[in-house]
Amino acid sequence: MQHIRLKPGERAFDIANVLVLGLFGLLTLYPFYYIFIYSISDPMEALRGVYLLPRGFSLDNYRQLFQEQNIVWAFFISTSRTVLGTVATLIGCTIFSYGISKPFLPFRKLMYGTVIVTMYISPGIIPLYLTMREYGLYNNFLVYILPSVVLAFYVILIKTYMEDIPREMEESAMVDGSTAFQTLWKIILPLCTPVLATVAIFNAVNQWNTWVDNLYLAPTPGLQTLQLLLYAYVNQQNAAMSMVTSASMSQHAIVLTPTSVQMTITFVATLPILLVYPFMQRYFLKGIMLGAVKG
Amino acid sequence: MARKQYYPYLIMTVPFFILVVLFNYVPLWGWVLAFVDYSPGRSIADSSFAGLKYFRQLFDSTSDFRLVLRNTLVLSFLQLLLTPLPVILAIMITNVRKRWYSRIVQTVTSFPHFTSWIIVYSVFFAFFSIDDGALNKLLYSTLHWIDEPSNLLADERYSWWLMTFATLWKTAGWTAIIYIAAITGIDQEQYQAAEVDGASRWQQALHITVPGILPTFIILLLINIGNMLNIGFDQYYVFHNALVHNRIEVIDTYTYRIGITELNFSYATAAGIFKSFVSITLLFAANRFSRLATGHSIM
Repeated sequence: MQHIRLKPGERAFDIANVLVLGLFGLLTLYPFYYIFIYSISDPMEALRGVYLLPRGFSLDNYRQLFQEQNIVWAFFISTSRTVLGTVATLIGCTIFSYGISKPFLPFRKLMYGTVIVTMYISPGIIPLYLTMREYGLYNNFLVYILPSVVLAFYVILIKTYMEDIPREMEESAMVDGSTAFQTLWKIILPLCTPVLATVAIFNAVNQWNTWVDNLYLAPTPGLQTLQLLLYAYVNQQNAAMSMVTSASMSQHAIVLTPTSVQMTITFVATLPILLVYPFMQRYFLKGIMLGAVKG
Repeated sequence: MARKQYYPYLIMTVPFFILVVLFNYVPLWGWVLAFVDYSPGRSIADSSFAGLKYFRQLFDSTSDFRLVLRNTLVLSFLQLLLTPLPVILAIMITNVRKRWYSRIVQTVTSFPHFTSWIIVYSVFFAFFSIDDGALNKLLYSTLHWIDEPSNLLADERYSWWLMTFATLWKTAGWTAIIYIAAITGIDQEQYQAAEVDGASRWQQALHITVPGILPTFIILLLINIGNMLNIGFDQYYVFHNALVHNRIEVIDTYTYRIGITELNFSYATAAGIFKSFVSITLLFAANRFSRLATGHSIM
């Protein structure tokens, strides 16, 4: 607690400060809260307007959502690209960073520089589109994974971290006859868990949120992500307001409204981020700091 | 160093290096398209050389490109005007006396940064749509404060402001965290000394905090200036509709529509190349100006 007596001006500043910040906090928090309470409201009741508490209570939205084949599939695609993409990025960036952190590696500067410059150049949509077609990656699930196996920013983070590990640690392992891969696996990896956790979380969130590649490199319905499905849904609703009625398994008709369905998909698409967010908070400041120093 | 000793490390790096080249450098050959009369299905070798025809076309009186360029510049400029806001937010957050409160504010305000623009669009749609938006429910249907439902998302008079607000809503909290990190790096003794000298917190903010985060601010500002034409695709693609097209179409979405939708590859690529060149020029100019004026540079 503060022991210093505050001047009136300081007190006024404190109060105004807390109030304005609170207001800004509400401005970002309430929309997500609103979407959540709308999605668990009774769809018909909700049409009268939802404000602070859900109107009625119903999980019909969720029940119905998970019976729609294309939604479940999109969820599966999004999850797959998130999990596989993150594993691939972790493997690629770790192995590459370890190799590149060795001062005696031939072409080290050239290879590292070439990777870093990718942060500043972009071929653009059309050249990428044509090249992916040439590679046979158009409408191919791998187009979500392969281009992001080695990403410059993560390489910077991991390499910087590895260079701070005392050299004696691996030298003693090398003397014992361990190969480079064994040393990486047994000695270096365990020491790198904090930075690898940062990269994993950042990358997972990115993968989950990315949809532009879905839009122009994999437009086939079989590869649709949850994000693009949500977008298509909001836009359809934009074009035509219509009631969605469908018979449920338990014989009685569930009536959903386009808005209630939209809220539910939105919440399902936000939930994974919400779940990893507490972990991100622990790591992202570290990420910024490292990035600021080396970037 | 004997060859055997670096061999395993080459095996670790070269395959991934090739992957980087394949996905980041090989596609650059596509820039050739801007200089030939290319049509899909034909090979580039069969296309005739067009010189700068497509670049000239960008600035033809019949082309939409000037409109698109204007939108891009206006929207970037509005965003540049807002760059001090996250700084103010950061100073406010670091001045909160209760730790738990500042933590909550940080956590809540930076959350939208981690959602996609599609989620943000869906959120905005939930609030501002004409049919079932929360705002119309409240102001029109319930309170009768407005005479007709508002349709912000499809009204081009408000598009620029709405887009700027959306950017602010999504990014301000996160950008503030970067400044908070910079503020934490300021030597705490300076504040203690100022306290002893009787400086108010307002004076401390003005004379210690602001100069302390100036380098960070300038670096971010320079990056933003360099990226003025790289305003991004996601936001403007999702908020696009026919009624706001004339205000919201930016270079990236234009390139997409002309290229992928209308299959005019050469023209779209020319627009993309134009964007890259202006961006690089702006970045170098801003960097040079900053080095001369303030001594800080990003490159």
